[in-house]
Amino acid sequence: MIERPELWYVIAALAAGSFMLRFTFLGLVGDRPLPEWLLRHLRYTAVAVLPALIAPMIIWPAATGGSFDLPRGLAALATLSAGLWFRSVIVSITAGATTLYLALYLFG
Amino acid sequence: MRSTTPKTPLQQGIRDAAPFILVVTPFAIVFGVVATEAGLSIAETLLFSIAVIAGAAQFTTLQLLTENAPAVIALLSGLAVNLRMAMYSASLTPHLGAAPLWQRALVAYLTVDQSYACSVAAFERNPSWSLKERTTYFFATCIPVIPMWYLMTLVGALIGESIPESFALDFAVPITFLAIIAPMMRTPAHLAAALVASLSALSLTWVPFNLGLIIAASLGMITGAQAELMLTKRGLFK
Repeated sequence: MIERPELWYVIAALAAGSFMLRFTFLGLVGDRPLPEWLLRHLRYTAVAVLPALIAPMIIWPAATGGSFDLPRGLAALATLSAGLWFRSVIVSITAGATTLYLALYLFG
Repeated sequence: MRSTTPKTPLQQGIRDAAPFILVVTPFAIVFGVVATEAGLSIAETLLFSIAVIAGAAQFTTLQLLTENAPAVIALLSGLAVNLRMAMYSASLTPHLGAAPLWQRALVAYLTVDQSYACSVAAFERNPSWSLKERTTYFFATCIPVIPMWYLMTLVGALIGESIPESFALDFAVPITFLAIIAPMMRTPAHLAAALVASLSALSLTWVPFNLGLIIAASLGMITGAQAELMLTKRGLFK
């Protein structure tokens, strides 16, 4: 169970912080160029943070008490393959969900 | 065939962003469902979406709070996911930087993947647009996307309780994220960043306070940047 008021503080701080991230350059920095080394690292934030977040959720799902689960593993593989191949979020989600339910039905 | 008159920036913005309804809708519904499952009230869930409007960051923070990670770590991880918004902001500045402060503040609040992607593409296609046309276009791209984000979060929160456990909704988050990440693997540098980040995250789960996530993400970013440098030197990047 998530504590209150901790949750509200985190939501408020995330909202304020996200706004600042969005506003910094447009509002405060203006047209001054950013150093290239910083931009180079910023380009990879999303593709680094998101995989790091979900890798443990895929290998050790909480729903199965943290032990590897074949249907969920297959679903992740299908989502990733479809996404890499078709470059479409919708196709990728559909492939993953279909595989998950099919595998849960067959092996679950 | 009737000759088509050139569409106004308002019409173009709405039309260009409309297909994204298909992406935003399931993502928002899943957030609403997952948030209520995590014990958030309907009002808290909706407020979360309205205040932050950043699906990936919202999922990240919520997931870490559910895992009882310290609030500061949950917050920092969510902000790390949103670092790309700073890049968007930097890249919009040459186009919209001259707008009045209140408009820039509103643009900042509404800067999401979809409004940014549509706008930058449109501004490059239409270099002759005035500042007013550019801001109009930007706000127009938000019309189909942002209200849908609020509304579908609410729908997800309302139906959340009634979804049985056999639907395995716990796995909606990893699947949605994988689906978002996979098309982003445009270059070997992106792939290397993602690989190093995930493998590091798996081997750093022992690090306290979920700091392993931050370390793994930093290692991934450094890997991506270094790979890009190497590929550029050899003339292989892009």
